[in-house]
Amino acid sequence: MSGSNIRDLYQQVIMDHNKKPRNFREMLDANHLAHGNNPLCGDALVVFVKMAGDVIEDLSFQGSGCAISVASASLMTEILKGKTIEQAEEIYQQVHKQMTNEDADPAILGKLEVLGGVREFPARVKCATLSWHTMHTAMESDHDISVTTE
Amino acid sequence: MGIFDIHAVRKDFPILEQEVYGFPLAYLDNAASSQKPIQVIEAMNDYYRQDNANVHRGVHRLSQRATDAYEGARSKVRDFIHAKSDKEIVFVRGATEAINLIAHSFVRPMLNAGDEILISHMEHHANIVPWQMLCDEIGAKLIVIPMTDRGELDLSTFDDLLTSKTKIMAIGEVSNALGTINPVKMMTRKAHEKGIPVLIDGAQAVPHMPADVQDIDCDFYVFSGHKMFAPTGIGVLYGKEALLEEMAPWQGGGDMILSVSFEKTQYNVLPYKFEAGTPNIAGTIGLGAAIDYMNSVGIEALAKYEQDLLVYATNKLTAMDGIRIIGTAENKASVLSFMIDGVHPHDVGTIFDQQGVAIRAGHHCAQPVMQFYGIPATARASFAFYNTMEEVDALVDAIEKVQELFA
Repeated sequence: MSGSNIRDLYQQVIMDHNKKPRNFREMLDANHLAHGNNPLCGDALVVFVKMAGDVIEDLSFQGSGCAISVASASLMTEILKGKTIEQAEEIYQQVHKQMTNEDADPAILGKLEVLGGVREFPARVKCATLSWHTMHTAMESDHDISVTTE
Repeated sequence: MGIFDIHAVRKDFPILEQEVYGFPLAYLDNAASSQKPIQVIEAMNDYYRQDNANVHRGVHRLSQRATDAYEGARSKVRDFIHAKSDKEIVFVRGATEAINLIAHSFVRPMLNAGDEILISHMEHHANIVPWQMLCDEIGAKLIVIPMTDRGELDLSTFDDLLTSKTKIMAIGEVSNALGTINPVKMMTRKAHEKGIPVLIDGAQAVPHMPADVQDIDCDFYVFSGHKMFAPTGIGVLYGKEALLEEMAPWQGGGDMILSVSFEKTQYNVLPYKFEAGTPNIAGTIGLGAAIDYMNSVGIEALAKYEQDLLVYATNKLTAMDGIRIIGTAENKASVLSFMIDGVHPHDVGTIFDQQGVAIRAGHHCAQPVMQFYGIPATARASFAFYNTMEEVDALVDAIEKVQELFA
């Protein structure tokens, strides 16, 4: 692999969100939640969602993981709060695309573009997608469901 | 080779001569899998180029040569672990398969509800899960020898854990996650005093130190080839002849029979009773070549060199700020598990990789050990006799790089 740089992966935004994760708390009045696990590395998190109609009124997470997975979860909660289910789904799809080398829409991604750094580190893609898959599962369920990425 | 010559040794491992991301490769993931010397690669190559045929079957020349090479490897293994007889050496896929075989063919027939199987807190999943499956099936109990903060077995209650209900004790000789060398000889003696059979998992021991099943006096000893410079897919089950003799086969098929009719099948003699189907012939020959290689280097010599490497690395890491070594037992093989303050081991692994330093980041298939320390994972550097002091220095540089990035 040429041109990959460790700084492309660990950009300032990632390091900042890892050090001070946003919305890192349990949400007692969540109406959706899901557990995400990566059994290979032991990353484990819970995503809490509070829906008001079809709008994500509040979104939070708890758990432990590497800098990539924590920053990705933190960025996710920040971006998706206040979005409709439809908008969240579109962002989810775009995040997925940029990590799997498909053309993604920078206008929709906004600062989530920093997560694209994992493309050059295939072993780490699952770290970045864990929280997003977990959020997706939480939205589709109204009770506690575990998702596993491996 | 009387005196250990690291430069001569490294020439035998062509894979080590490469660069990764512009850095010289420092392969420090030997506890996961070791590299293979050219002598092992050539032995397998020669088999496929000159001798390839099935074993124990043909009357033709190639089959005879293949059989001689295959059985020759068995004798090498016998000498390597100091077994009494070739009949006690069963070729399997690896340590995992050997443990499953013993669980199925030796323990299961005599296990009753309420019986106990004794393992330790620092076992590899391969020496936990087969026993757990068996306990679940029969209604038996898995009993666990606790460990201390240093990563040594806590044997203060050991005598009480060996009970009249204990049907087997299965213990790792060396912990893959911590490097701890366990006192398996003493533990085996104590278990035997109460009539309890003993299985020793030697997967992490055989690459690093002399193995002697008669000295330990264990009933079963298992290990994998790929961790001791041989190929993947080949491993060894050693069992005392009298015990293997009593056991039923665990897989049926060709080669494990003397005669077959639809009314009755007569099983083959030891060790073939446990080797159903065409075996991994090339892998077995590779294992024999790996044993020859280790003997030519000198097992005592490589063990001493590795201890020097471990001491050098341990001293270097101990002197650094923000590093916590996980596993500080008095007797250790060359494994160095550690945490860098504030950095998840997976991030450590990725950043190391970019410096050419290959380590394992994760739970090392020993999640109970991680739970004991309350951590999700560790970074683990594990050494082989072909590693150098310079590679330890590269490890230290890589740690500094991580600390700088995460400062």
